[in-house]
Amino acid sequence: MTDPILDVRNLSTHFFTDDGEVKAVRGVSFHVQPGETVGIVGESGCGKSVTAMSVLGLVQRPGKVVNGEIMFKGRDLLKLNKEELRNIRGRDIAMIFQDPLSSMNPVLRVGYQIEEAMHAHNKIADAQIDARTIDLLKQVRVSDPERRVKDYPHQFSGGMRQRAMIAMGLSNKPDLLIADEPTTALDVTVQAQILELLRDLNEQTGAAIVLITHNLGVVAGLCKRVIVMYAGEIVEEGTVEQIFESPQHPYTWSLLRSVPRIDASRRARLLSIEGLPPDLIDLPAGCKFNPRCPFRIERCFSEAPLIEQVAPMQLAACWVTMEKAYAEMGAGDITDTSPGAASGVHPKGRQVLPEAEVTATVAESVGD
Amino acid sequence: MTDTIVHVLPKPAPSAEPLLRVVNVVKHFSAGGNGSVKAVDGVTFDIMAGETVGLVGESGCGKSTLGRLISQLIPVTSGEVILDGVDITKLSGEKLRQQRKQLQMIFQDPYASLDPRMTVGDIIAEPLVNFKMISGKAKDARVQELLRTVGLNPYFNNRYPHEFSGGQRQRIGIARALALNPKVIICDEPVSALDVSIQAQIINLLEDLQREFNLTYLFIAHDLSVVRHISDRVMVMYLGRICEVAPSEDLYVSQDHPYTRALLSSIPVPDPRIESKRRLVELSGEIPSPLNPPSGCLFHTRCPIAQVPGVCADVVPPLEMKPDGHLASCHFSDQVRTKIKIEEAPA
Repeated sequence: MTDPILDVRNLSTHFFTDDGEVKAVRGVSFHVQPGETVGIVGESGCGKSVTAMSVLGLVQRPGKVVNGEIMFKGRDLLKLNKEELRNIRGRDIAMIFQDPLSSMNPVLRVGYQIEEAMHAHNKIADAQIDARTIDLLKQVRVSDPERRVKDYPHQFSGGMRQRAMIAMGLSNKPDLLIADEPTTALDVTVQAQILELLRDLNEQTGAAIVLITHNLGVVAGLCKRVIVMYAGEIVEEGTVEQIFESPQHPYTWSLLRSVPRIDASRRARLLSIEGLPPDLIDLPAGCKFNPRCPFRIERCFSEAPLIEQVAPMQLAACWVTMEKAYAEMGAGDITDTSPGAASGVHPKGRQVLPEAEVTATVAESVGD
Repeated sequence: MTDTIVHVLPKPAPSAEPLLRVVNVVKHFSAGGNGSVKAVDGVTFDIMAGETVGLVGESGCGKSTLGRLISQLIPVTSGEVILDGVDITKLSGEKLRQQRKQLQMIFQDPYASLDPRMTVGDIIAEPLVNFKMISGKAKDARVQELLRTVGLNPYFNNRYPHEFSGGQRQRIGIARALALNPKVIICDEPVSALDVSIQAQIINLLEDLQREFNLTYLFIAHDLSVVRHISDRVMVMYLGRICEVAPSEDLYVSQDHPYTRALLSSIPVPDPRIESKRRLVELSGEIPSPLNPPSGCLFHTRCPIAQVPGVCADVVPPLEMKPDGHLASCHFSDQVRTKIKIEEAPA
């Protein structure tokens, strides 16, 4: 295995607000290999965007990275001064954001804004910049790029603006592209086109992509590896097949069953994860998912589980899963191997129920 | 805060009588000297009592405008909206107000749709006060009953909207919509502003309430997976017109309009094995401007199987019954499934 291009170790980012210390990201560790596509999924407030902002040194007051290392090509980004960081941002690491309209300057031509990044970093020879701008727009499939470079952002549709943002991100041939909800503001047909574009660009340019999203479907199509975050922590990590076919954390398991699928039978009732994510100022003791977890056991209330390996390439932070992992090593008789039902241990019976029954029982047992 | 109602009863079959009939509804917005925007251009459909009909389409297709036309929040340019036998487009003033009691709305943005200076109790009671239906102790009791129905603590009635999360606010909006015991509820993107785990709570609640109160829903959303899940039938809209109406059960396996098929191919499925086999239907260009819609079939400028020049550019295809029981407006609906591939051929 080659050295990771990005290696985040034990990252914690807090926001010091008047109401208290918001512990937005706590002890997050992950790595990205060169050319890899990694998805970070979670709901609003889970810390996925703050993690990305921390990597790029974009966290602003009252926020502060309070702990950790962010190793990029062997250098700790947290130890660099502003000038050194600026030389990496937009050159070696690029970022695209959710809302392409507010990320562009409305009074400057699109072409000029793409060129700006190349002029700033002197990686591309000045003489080539004009031609490369048109090439980039061609690469992101903007039609008639010779004319379009002279347009202003308001003359572009939402999907085209996001294409232009991607062109900007790719202009300096970065090693890593961080895309924060790049398709959330777009219609589904446009979203599908942008995702296909990102997939192709990853293959053509070899740039690693970290895709941050709340949409599980988006991750399934683009990413090879998936990180699941909840309440500021990584709760599970694995290959895309592992995460979708045998999730080992109850949150991942519940999340997958709470979204309606276009290809599923309509008859199945959705699993609703009851309650709300915890307050990041006043976190619950033990596992942060315990107030909403359908599988919780005594230990979850007092001790926070550490993220540990549960299968080759797969990590999870869950006491129930850990017990099962230990059980499979010969200590117990729990034999659930059906895809997706890996955490299907019922809290009371401790036996494995068929999927439909688990869903129904969960819905009943949490009603108060 | 939890789903308090868990039903095991199956949903009763929708009745054969249409409760709501929308007949050739048209809405043109004037665009100054530029002519008019045909936001809704001749839409006709029925909803049976107890049925859920989904309305899906991309931004600007006219789905929200159609919802507002049906509830008479904006007047129709032409056409009829027949609610329980009465054409409400011909009513005004007190008569409209009384007839419209039967029809309520739930909105997308749970932050903007609740008055921040009213207590939750007053928000939910407002329709009751408005129609002088109830007052005093009885009103308070009804508000508490409604809060309980939507899974909130009944003693929250003195709190203000800012004290609630998005999902809880959406429950308050639902309680307000239920206050007058309506027959029809128009849900305009009720879950799209909510987080994934909260969406399921609200979808399940809407399904439970439908069983409990025999409600009829028009469910408007851009997310086809959500729409298909909750609806009995799904209508797909493009540039102000309905292009396909299909039973939810077979929408995934059978499509009669190229746009439906393209839309379906765009929806990401949380399953890497399916995703790796999927092929995106490439739509050429962008959605045309509704100020200057294409001639003939509105979709012909982007359709992968359109005959241009030819019938698709010249003749508006009627919305008609196809062999599989769907309604679709396409001259070549028999070729949609054979000519437009949405799956990679097995290697």
